[in-house]
Amino acid sequence: MNVQRDVGERSKEQPDEKYKDTDLDTASTNVHVVSTPIAQSPIVEIQNLKKSYAFKPILRGIDLTLLQGQRMAVLGSNGAGKTTLLRILACLDKPTSGTVRIAGLDLTHNPQHVRQLTGLVAHQPYLYEELTALENLLFFGRMYNVTKARERAIDLLQRVGLERRIQERVSALSRGQVQRLAWARALLHDPHLLLLDEPETGLDHNGNTLIDALFAEHTHRGGSVLFTTHQLERALLMSEQIVLLSGGRIALQRASADLTLDELRRIYSEVVK
Amino acid sequence: MRDTAIFWQQVWAILWKDIRYELRSTQTWLSMGMFALLVLVIFNFTFDLRVNNVKAVAPGVLWIAFIFASLLGLGRTIAAERERSILDRLLLTPVDRKVIYLAKLVGNMLCIGVVEIVALPIFVLLFNFDIAIIGDLIPIVLLGTVGLASIGTLFSVMAAATRARELLLPVLVFPLVVPVIISAVQATSLVLSPAINEPPWLGLLIAFDIIFLSVSTLTFQFVVEE
Repeated sequence: MNVQRDVGERSKEQPDEKYKDTDLDTASTNVHVVSTPIAQSPIVEIQNLKKSYAFKPILRGIDLTLLQGQRMAVLGSNGAGKTTLLRILACLDKPTSGTVRIAGLDLTHNPQHVRQLTGLVAHQPYLYEELTALENLLFFGRMYNVTKARERAIDLLQRVGLERRIQERVSALSRGQVQRLAWARALLHDPHLLLLDEPETGLDHNGNTLIDALFAEHTHRGGSVLFTTHQLERALLMSEQIVLLSGGRIALQRASADLTLDELRRIYSEVVK
Repeated sequence: MRDTAIFWQQVWAILWKDIRYELRSTQTWLSMGMFALLVLVIFNFTFDLRVNNVKAVAPGVLWIAFIFASLLGLGRTIAAERERSILDRLLLTPVDRKVIYLAKLVGNMLCIGVVEIVALPIFVLLFNFDIAIIGDLIPIVLLGTVGLASIGTLFSVMAAATRARELLLPVLVFPLVVPVIISAVQATSLVLSPAINEPPWLGLLIAFDIIFLSVSTLTFQFVVEE
């Protein structure tokens, strides 16, 4: 995670004290993040987060903390607020109220810096169908100002098993291949925090094995992952923390190690009726 | 200095992406071009054009063709992005929102410009003007295009977020571009039939362009993120 990041707009807000050692240099015009993240400091801090669309409350007061290097699974039925939570963390939606801090930076006041620190894989691949796989990554490389974007893009395409599809347009790729490319796009700028909305969607067995490996690589390098899923077993296996959302509120928040699959199933079926 | 270089590199990257995207689909430019030509031909047939009235009618016809063709294309790039949630993908990146606006603006100007390049000679031929006036018309057309595209780009984003975008875009854009259109039509009239004691229409056009460009650039961030 040593990609140089440049953010067009300078932050007036200084990062959290505990991130000073991570070389988040706001003294220069460009923010240069060389991350050797400090273990166990929070990457995501959410306090009393509320979100409404057209006066309809979606999130009704969420409090969450995700530590650096940790993986958090967010469970819940359709409409529980999982995607909304991820969209807020990715700076695609603004909170109605409450505080959200990513790596010590307030999301409302510092969205440009926060965007540089996060990578999103969602239901939508967020790719350009008429561009080739490589063109897509080069384009997003330019948007994130990734240095040596071509090398990085080719490396990632190889990593996600698309090295033979580099020159193919996205519209010609299968659903699973598009999802792999979306992963490459999300990892391109080497984000600190990966936000994954049902990342296994459209992937076959090999694809799932691949994302398990990408998960592991990302956290091994100190990155954090917040992902949503409907697969309870997978949630338990892939995370250190489990959060269950119901009606925009947290119904359960517990360490995965403290839960058995049967217990999680029971709680899930009780909460999600 | 480096920030400025990055800014323009990103503008170019988005513009390049949009051009490549459009060249591969070709739908918008072709339909805009056909539409502009049809408007010119239909007006040419429907008006009873004579030597004494052609110069009064022609500027209006030209700009009506340009405006309608522009509106056809204006919303397309961003509407397409909204439809596929790809504007979200741009918004997800830390790229300066002014970069997105400028790239979309230049893209729209190119799109409208291509239509104008095709339509201008046909206009001159259909209305029996001297081909040499094209040179005089180019600055006016260019300035009018800047005014149209600056407002159109901003409002196409607003309209794209609604269900009735095709209806809403002209409703929002037409009233605002009236000063640009009046100035452009009057400036075109002056080229076709020079007159003295006319207001400085070209100067007014430049002034409107500066105002529209400044306001649109500054407000785009709020429009696109809210």
